[in-house]
Amino acid sequence: MLEPNIDQKKFDVDQQGFYGEFGGAFIPEMLYPNVEYLRKHYLEIMSESSFQNEFRALLKDYVGRPSPLYFAKKLSKEYRTKIYLKREDLNHTGAHKINNTIGQILMAKRLWKNRIIAETGAGQHGVATATVCALAGLECIVFMGEVDIKRQAPNVARMRMLGAKVVPAKSGSKTLKDATNEAIRDWINHPNDTHYIIGSVVGPHPYPDMVARFQSVISEEMKWQLKEQTGNENPNTIIACVGGGSNAAGAFYHYLENEEVKLVAVEAAGLGNETGHSAATSVLGSKGVLHGSRTLLMQTSDGQVIEPYSISAGLDYPGIGPMHAHLIRSGRAEVFGATDEEALLAARKLAMMEGIIPALESAHAFAVLDKMTFTENEIVVVNLSGRGDKDLATFTDFFKF
Amino acid sequence: MNRIQKLFADKKKDICNIYFTAGFPNLNDTENIILNLEKAGADMVEIGMPYSDPLADGETIQKSGAVALKNGMTLPLLFEQIKSTRQKTEIPMIMMGYFNQVMQYGEEAFFKKCQEVGIDGLILPDLPAAIYEADYQELMQKYDLNNIFLITPQTPEERMIYLDSLSSGFLYLVADASVTGKQKDISNNQITYFKRMKDMNFKNPRLIGFGIADHHSFSTACEYSNGAIIGSAFIRALEKSNNLEETIFDFIGMIKKGSYV
Repeated sequence: MLEPNIDQKKFDVDQQGFYGEFGGAFIPEMLYPNVEYLRKHYLEIMSESSFQNEFRALLKDYVGRPSPLYFAKKLSKEYRTKIYLKREDLNHTGAHKINNTIGQILMAKRLWKNRIIAETGAGQHGVATATVCALAGLECIVFMGEVDIKRQAPNVARMRMLGAKVVPAKSGSKTLKDATNEAIRDWINHPNDTHYIIGSVVGPHPYPDMVARFQSVISEEMKWQLKEQTGNENPNTIIACVGGGSNAAGAFYHYLENEEVKLVAVEAAGLGNETGHSAATSVLGSKGVLHGSRTLLMQTSDGQVIEPYSISAGLDYPGIGPMHAHLIRSGRAEVFGATDEEALLAARKLAMMEGIIPALESAHAFAVLDKMTFTENEIVVVNLSGRGDKDLATFTDFFKF
Repeated sequence: MNRIQKLFADKKKDICNIYFTAGFPNLNDTENIILNLEKAGADMVEIGMPYSDPLADGETIQKSGAVALKNGMTLPLLFEQIKSTRQKTEIPMIMMGYFNQVMQYGEEAFFKKCQEVGIDGLILPDLPAAIYEADYQELMQKYDLNNIFLITPQTPEERMIYLDSLSSGFLYLVADASVTGKQKDISNNQITYFKRMKDMNFKNPRLIGFGIADHHSFSTACEYSNGAIIGSAFIRALEKSNNLEETIFDFIGMIKKGSYV
């Protein structure tokens, strides 16, 4: 999975860091040396056998991979099809985010960096970064929107327990976008000792590709697990939620070039796309530059970034990774939106029916089961990207427990 | 020869370039600020296009941008203000901002409009050099716009030469690894870097910016370059101002002569 691509593939990143017209590195000169060094060396570092051995061993023994592929019998019966859940919620720290942070902390050590910064929305990436920093003995600073610090209090406590410093982002909407701005500014101010662990397939090239490669372990496992359980390594459909899009990138990665496998990206539609309170970037967005890449983003006619809205802090982002922008605009991936309420109800259904409480982000992926039609023998994989412990306050409020 | 090139042809030293955020402190201060800056002795102005997500800017410029947007600043309005100001002055005017706004306006439409209203150059810190070279260099030349690239203490030497070759007007030397508006004394390391830049014999003149806030830092920067750029310190002065004209004259006096006049 980690070899440099020799043959240019249709949906892969090109030499200049673009997916079609999306991607690139739109960064101020102050960031150029770090990003350029990473661009030159990431593939070579990732393909070293010492890197691979360490990465694989940690994924297995520390994260608990492979994550199970679970045939959801009752859910399948309900939707008259065959639904498999990729259980990223069972990873150490409770989501897919750790796949990337393990990879990037090993990268940071090989870049001789001893100070780690990260942004976080729901706090899952912040916790996953704080975790690997504790493991590696590196200083960890996590930027988190002031609004998110309030709505994701348990994860703030987890980060602090792990020894990380959590810095509130007080600019703009005080959410994920602004936490990312603050992290980038910090990186500008600390060009020598710091590595920025971006949590999604966003940011300047090579980040989207590097993060997608670390997350691609998800679809790598899906292939042999499906083969083992169904006799065929290809499902008919893969469904994943998309904020920046790292869990979807991982779940789609090894199927990108196999156009018989349908890829479904689910965005957060907040209170509904027509209400002005949504985070459905591919529907409401247009081409622009956000956080260092050319992608789709929600903006005014004057090019000011619009504050998104979603009940789920992890999807509350006005952009989308450039790979997804390309997959969606080229028609390779199909997009659905799920509203706050649809996601909450889908979370409840999964909890009651299968005994699994999903993260609010992941619940958006389950909400589209109601919007799609399936045949009886169709094999559908839903990427269950994280668990819902962090969202209990929201569930309690909504369902009045 | 446009106004920027003419300035550098006429004046080699102590060039004072002032940045301000358009629409701050009040929506329609643009003309007033530019004309007073010129009268007070500034040689060039950089008009900041306020942006929702200014990645390379520190708190002072972020806040002024947020106020300007709240005041209602937009690109069409700013172009009108500049057009009217241009009738009254020949001071070189540069627009500085983030590339997303240019994309959304339409790149060529933006460049064309700049020429039409009397803008002489652009600083777009997040426009990659390679993309500029491939897609925009010819277009900007067509509309007689200088494009100014940033160089930092961390920029590798061969890249400096590349950026110098792509730049026109002048080169923007970022004084320190930081976002804008961090005030501290100029260190020996910085002096070494300024000297190194002087010895590079770039084809473009050099202005030093980031962290230049008073007479001492201004004159130190001027010793090793053609002049300096001041942004956040000027905005902090505007924040406290009751009388724009007086504030601007005092500020430029303080920068150039070291004391309030």
